[in-house]
Amino acid sequence: MTGSSSSGSGTVAAVRAALATVLDPELDEPITDLGFVHEVGLSPDGVAHVGLRLPTFFCAPNFAFLMVADAHEAVSAVPGVRAAVVSLEGHHASGEINGGVATGSGFVGTFAGEATAELGELRRQFLTKAALAGQDRVARPLVDAGSTPADLAAMTLGDVLPSPDLDRLRRRRLWLDLPADDGAPLLIRADGTGVPVEQVPLHLRRARLTRTGIELNGEYCKGLLAARYPRERSPA
Amino acid sequence: MYEKDGEKYFIVDSHSHFWDASRENWKPGREEFAKGWIDCFYGYHQLGPPETHWDYEKYLKVSEADFERDMFTEGHVDVAIFQSTYLKDWYTNGFNTAEQNAALLEKYPDRLIVNGRWDPREGDAGMKQLVEDHARYGLKGVKLYTAEWNEGSRGWKLTDPESYPFLEKCQELGIKNIHVHKGPTIWPLNKDAFDMADVDQVATDFTGLNFIVEHVGLPRVDDFCFMATQEPNVYAGLSVVIGGLMHARPKFFARAMGELMFWVGEDKMTFGGDYNIWVPKWQVEGFVDWQMPDDEAFTDYAKLTTATKKKILGLNAAKLYDIPVPEELRLPADAPGEPAAQEPPAQQLAGTTQ
Repeated sequence: MTGSSSSGSGTVAAVRAALATVLDPELDEPITDLGFVHEVGLSPDGVAHVGLRLPTFFCAPNFAFLMVADAHEAVSAVPGVRAAVVSLEGHHASGEINGGVATGSGFVGTFAGEATAELGELRRQFLTKAALAGQDRVARPLVDAGSTPADLAAMTLGDVLPSPDLDRLRRRRLWLDLPADDGAPLLIRADGTGVPVEQVPLHLRRARLTRTGIELNGEYCKGLLAARYPRERSPA
Repeated sequence: MYEKDGEKYFIVDSHSHFWDASRENWKPGREEFAKGWIDCFYGYHQLGPPETHWDYEKYLKVSEADFERDMFTEGHVDVAIFQSTYLKDWYTNGFNTAEQNAALLEKYPDRLIVNGRWDPREGDAGMKQLVEDHARYGLKGVKLYTAEWNEGSRGWKLTDPESYPFLEKCQELGIKNIHVHKGPTIWPLNKDAFDMADVDQVATDFTGLNFIVEHVGLPRVDDFCFMATQEPNVYAGLSVVIGGLMHARPKFFARAMGELMFWVGEDKMTFGGDYNIWVPKWQVEGFVDWQMPDDEAFTDYAKLTTATKKKILGLNAAKLYDIPVPEELRLPADAPGEPAAQEPPAQQLAGTTQ
């Protein structure tokens, strides 16, 4: 199905790049890194086909819906793509989710009688976890290098050396409307205010626990995905 | 009992099953779900050491002889607690009912404990059944599966008004151990299906009950830890933690244990081998041999002592279930363990020593 013309293959690459911007909201990692993108194709008339698959038949349908919907939106916006078809395979709600996303029904419309609200609040809740976990990723090396709670309480994002983890933390804060510029404190609470020096140790403990929880979950999912699709080559 | 290096460990496997996922038991019209369910379990099975893997057909249903060998003869287990998971919406005779489990009870009255279940959606009939099950099996615990489907319903919460009479009845009858599985597809779907706020609430409302959160609330171990720190009657069921991580992801297992030791504490963790997702032998032996790594990254996590391991592998659960422990397998003076964090002293905190 993959397009053979040079513009077609360029579009396919752009579709893959678009998919790399889609996160598993719960694991806070791109679906491409997680191996959830099973296949990517482009028909000659500009229809992009994306196959997604998840670690188990019973993965939470709300997160699955968000990934399918986000993938659909990201791929639809790629220049050269006339339409996008995203198919979640091997899931207990594949039919409902694929159909609901294709027709733009939203989550409530897709699961009439079972869902009472769209998923914005759920997404926000997990982004909040990701933004706390991100503080551990950025602060942990500083702690290991000898920074004290007083140092950390006073530190701003602009004081930290640039790194992918810092960029990642800034992006999550921007999505949450939390301070993300150079003058913003490195350590903040969920409401965006700074952390007083005496609370820094416990704050870091919580940040590390949150990160551990997310990463543990990610490891389970990767292990289960590998167990479910063992003999196939690495995903697209 | 397991003995290693002169130390003897009393083993209580507080989370085991004797399930029937055979094809004959897949409910007509619901085969896809019945298969999907056991396939999930089979995925977890692959996270154990390769030499312990079984073929799929054997995995669907084991025999009594398999159970006895895997648990008691080879698995070191002194007492096993059966947790029931009915899933009658997908399995004609249920996936793992108290009735199925009780078949083995006659044979091993001193080594098996059968936990019951209830479901608030079953109303008066469910209440009657609970009372009968209690009379029949002498229940000291139940396993609640809040995500279980039932007709049109995709699950329930412990805080539902219909749930409270059941919790009150448990307290009254001395069914004091409430094992809660937090799983996917709870209604309404838009909420976080693993949310544990309901456990937090009922733990406060029912201080005479113990709430053992199985699988430590994975994938919400952070939420679980914050709650367990504050609720004295909330316990961490280590089922799936040891089996799913110790072999497959040792570094992550170390981090999980480090966090649990800090937030929950060694007095509030119970071993569960999850038979027959995995057999207990390699889990018990591996955990006794296991220690927090010496690497830089783990320096502020507590090391496990022999006493810690004895508590986790059996003594904590023995206390919850009033299981008599032979003198030689007890701890000397019932020494209090490393307490969990309440107001953690600054010097204990992650790498923030001055």
